[in-house]
Amino acid sequence: MSNATETGAAAPPLLSLRNINMTFGGVRALKNVSFEVMPGEVHCLAGENGCGKSTLIKVITGVYKPAAGAEIAFDGETVPHMTPGIAQSLGIKVIWQDLALFPEMTVAENIAFQTLSGARPRFVSYPKIRRIAEEALARLGVKLDVDRPLKDFAIAQRQIVAIARALVGEARIVFMDEPTASLTQAETDHLLSIVHTLSASGVAVVFVSHRLAEVLEISSRLTVLRDGNLVGVYPVAGMTQSRVTELMTGRTFDQNVRARDVSKNPVVLSVKGLSRPGEFSDISFELRRGETLGVTGLLGSGRTELALTLFGMRQAASGTVTLEGVPAYFSSNREAIAAGIAYLSEDRLALGLNQPQSIADNLVQASLDSILSGGLISSEKKRSLVARWIADLGVKIGKQEDAICTLSGGNQQRVAIAKWLATNPKVLILDAPTVGVDVGARAGIFEIVARLAEAGLAIILISDEVPEVYFNADRVIHMEKGRIAGWHDPRSTTLKDMEAAVYA
Amino acid sequence: MNALAARFNAIFGADMAGPFAALAAVLIVFGLASPQFLTGATFGSVAFQLPELGILTLAMLLPILTGGLNLAITFTANLAGLTLAWVLQANGGIDAGPAAFLLGSLLALGVGAASGLVMGLVIAFTRAHPILVTLSMMIFLRGLGEFLTRGSDISGFPAFIAPIGHGSLFGIPVPLLILIGCVLASHVLLSRTKLGFSTYMIGSNIESARYSGINTRKVLVLVYVLSGAIAAVAGIIMLARFNSVRVGHGESYLLITVLACFLGGINPFGGFGRVLPVFVALVVLQLLSSGLNLLGANQHLATAVWGILLIVVMVLRWLSTKFLKPTK
Amino acid sequence: MRKLFLSHTTEYVLLIVIAVISIYLSFAADRFFTLGNAFDLLNISAVNIIFAVGLLVVLIAGGIDISFAVAASVVQYVAVLLLERIGGGGWISGLVVAAGIGVALGAVNAFLVHRFRIISIVATIATFNVYFGLLMFFTKGVSIYNLPDWLTTRVIVYEREMADGTWAEITLPVVVMMVCVLVTWLFITRTTTGRQLYAFGDNPEGARRFGINIGAMQFIAFGWLGLMAGIAGLMQAHYAQEVVPNALYGCELDVLAAVVLGGARLGGGKGSVFGCVLGVLLVSITQNGLNLMGVSPFAFKMIVGAIILVAITLSSARLGNLLPAFAKTAKTEGANR
Repeated sequence: MSNATETGAAAPPLLSLRNINMTFGGVRALKNVSFEVMPGEVHCLAGENGCGKSTLIKVITGVYKPAAGAEIAFDGETVPHMTPGIAQSLGIKVIWQDLALFPEMTVAENIAFQTLSGARPRFVSYPKIRRIAEEALARLGVKLDVDRPLKDFAIAQRQIVAIARALVGEARIVFMDEPTASLTQAETDHLLSIVHTLSASGVAVVFVSHRLAEVLEISSRLTVLRDGNLVGVYPVAGMTQSRVTELMTGRTFDQNVRARDVSKNPVVLSVKGLSRPGEFSDISFELRRGETLGVTGLLGSGRTELALTLFGMRQAASGTVTLEGVPAYFSSNREAIAAGIAYLSEDRLALGLNQPQSIADNLVQASLDSILSGGLISSEKKRSLVARWIADLGVKIGKQEDAICTLSGGNQQRVAIAKWLATNPKVLILDAPTVGVDVGARAGIFEIVARLAEAGLAIILISDEVPEVYFNADRVIHMEKGRIAGWHDPRSTTLKDMEAAVYA
Repeated sequence: MNALAARFNAIFGADMAGPFAALAAVLIVFGLASPQFLTGATFGSVAFQLPELGILTLAMLLPILTGGLNLAITFTANLAGLTLAWVLQANGGIDAGPAAFLLGSLLALGVGAASGLVMGLVIAFTRAHPILVTLSMMIFLRGLGEFLTRGSDISGFPAFIAPIGHGSLFGIPVPLLILIGCVLASHVLLSRTKLGFSTYMIGSNIESARYSGINTRKVLVLVYVLSGAIAAVAGIIMLARFNSVRVGHGESYLLITVLACFLGGINPFGGFGRVLPVFVALVVLQLLSSGLNLLGANQHLATAVWGILLIVVMVLRWLSTKFLKPTK
Repeated sequence: MRKLFLSHTTEYVLLIVIAVISIYLSFAADRFFTLGNAFDLLNISAVNIIFAVGLLVVLIAGGIDISFAVAASVVQYVAVLLLERIGGGGWISGLVVAAGIGVALGAVNAFLVHRFRIISIVATIATFNVYFGLLMFFTKGVSIYNLPDWLTTRVIVYEREMADGTWAEITLPVVVMMVCVLVTWLFITRTTTGRQLYAFGDNPEGARRFGINIGAMQFIAFGWLGLMAGIAGLMQAHYAQEVVPNALYGCELDVLAAVVLGGARLGGGKGSVFGCVLGVLLVSITQNGLNLMGVSPFAFKMIVGAIILVAITLSSARLGNLLPAFAKTAKTEGANR
């Protein structure tokens, strides 16, 4: 952390950008942004989803071409036309948010891909590639079978491969876009120590992460973007998480615990001893009318698997589920939907919504029977159903026929919720409903959740962000390695205690 | 100008602009080039030639909308035709009665549906790529047909079948009526039924459709069954038109049906596209070939021009997304 | 060994299937397991294998090509006419001319795909119709029977008299095929450009961010197939001793089926030369065996089609796909961003 301050702001910047403008289909993604990174510093790039962080990285690496007037200088020299090839040769490395790996190729080829790129054809030396890969993995303290294709490995290991790839060759600056998203605490700690080593050896690191605690711990300076505008550059010393959130969103938030006592309400869903080998075991709980039950735990704790089982997409090995006193065994999610269970997927882009299709079609797709008239889909019924839900949940749209992918994350999520409310559910499972939703729009989602609970809907709220369940659920289950590790009542515990219990 | 475009889009849909423009261009160019072009004779020949290709195109359209393809349609049509031919022959050949025709047609539709059923089940349950599944089914059906017929023609059918291929009703050719019936039925199926709705949803993202409670396997199987059955209808019309059945009849239509779908604005990856623009695209293709005929060219030149037309349309589409989007 | 098996499952399964069929056929048909028949098989399959390794490269790069077979017909016709103009030519000038025209026709596809972002199946269906339509229009469907002498003279590279007095021969197309196979294998496994093709087919966006020249990839892939199609066209004319404009029409789909049977994936990033050759051989061996067993030739295609259908069904049917399971987790990653 002290590296950058020692190098001093007087030293010439390693990378400097000025006047960066970028437009996509009429939308300005970056407006007059400038950005500077000093040699050997750990610099954090912060901002909400869609604020332009990833776009900026792509401009720096030549993937996107900024509008005329942009100036990019590296090591004091202007680079008039940055291309991915030039970026490679300058030692600009990136760990991409979507990893950008090659699943069918071996781990070794992925890590040593730099030796395979380049326009001039050369012969490939596999022993050399293997050696490079093993060295890079050794630096990370990880052992992987480098001859196996990448597709054989889980997402966390792929992330490690992506990190290893960025360490190959002469790196001068490494961009890390959400590198810890799927790493365990131990792996994250290891990565952070590598960041320190890199920085000590004079390599600059630009760190992008939504885990603000991590960011504040590791970086020395902070650049904040909002809506494609540069908000400012700040020293991290003395910065707090809430101050960063304020800079990112331009607003201040104060939250109150919403938990109520619902123990008098009738039980809607009762789960006893539910198990599915390898995923979760011996899960028991009761969910009452009007209750919001929070479920939290780290990635791989079995949260989503449990939800998918309740939703009928997977079958439990043992245990019972009753819905309003009636045994509920579903062989598919169609039966679960018919019985009154709805599941909002954690992966809105791939599973939750049909991105290229229209807002209207997305909204009605789970409740087609209600818009039939004489066996055929009635466009009037469809239009009025959609209009009603759009108004009810306050979704901001242009036309009903617009593709859903033209909406912001928050508005998309409202449509996704509307899709399920249209099926008239008794139980609504919300799996990570704020992923990819701007901090500012999250409150709106939770307003809706609170209103629905008030109206009597039973809700299971799954999130790996402890504050979300702490502030918005009536009771909280903490899952760990597929088991219930503890129950928490937000009214009788503090956020700190709950976070300590979950992240322990 | 923009208001006019908006009106047009409101009435016909934005995807009709390309096919209509091509239609107008063909009518004007050939109308000027040949005095015989804008006459009843041209439209008569188009009306009789269009149906086989048109119905086969509908059979191709449904699977493409799900993000797949059915390369077996032409040989499915052949085998359906063979089925009908054998039923007629077994019941007296030239003297076969309407009952035999009805039975044979039902069996023909059944054969078409069965070929679709096998492909649909394999695609839905193994997730094998539709190109492969339908390609191997095509090779199999071609082999089966050649094996059963030894490569020869089957002919000699009762006279009352001929009108299905050649006759007119109220001045409109019967095969054209059948095509229009199929087009309207497909249009309603795709725009108004749950099956059609699900077809589009599956085409653009099958997993999200499954998460929303759509029975994706059932829809896929039904789509291929329907595709096979529609191909069988084309097979029956081909039998009536040629008064014979031979395995390989209409083989050259296969890639033309794909071409017609793309020309009609169907998204090659599935999920988007409507029947009516495809129908207009088919009319354009057939008018092109009739017009070239009048000018003394043969069908082969027409085939080449069809290919060029597809390239031109795709390039124009590329230009429009490249230069028109920012002003949206 | 286990690792090798796991990383090349398709190839090994194909080898086993071919072995089983061969063992059965060697009992069912006396002539099957002879050197003469093995050479016949190679002579018959040579043209299709050359096509197949070319198509493989396009599939690996994430494209598909429907037009290569009619392109080969165009090559045959144009090359023969052109060589007659320059006085007959010979093998060297013949190969150079055929390869050149083939590459040019492949480059047309690459140009459409790259410059106008037309997806390859649409572009190549269009060029398929253009190539074939123009070829038939200009030739009026007339075949060329009087080819230059060098082209019609059979070149026997290796021959051996068998015990029963027949001759087992390896002809020029087999040698050319072997060269094409070897060079393609070297190209896609041992050069950086070849590995870039895999990477590009596997994850085009990832390749782009590494500075790989996307346009070059398309031109190399389609150009390579054009090169192979040109060579195969010339070999087919040599083998058939005539040039018939529609002789190769329709074989594109058979070759495609064989290549995919050999483990190449539609969508890119996957496939091997070895598997591709085995895919073609499986089809030829089945046909050859059925022929020797005295099965009606009309039944060949039916049985081959059924075998491909079953093979594709079995190779795609993983248990996870048959159960209503939560599959596709790996696939959705990256694909939807």
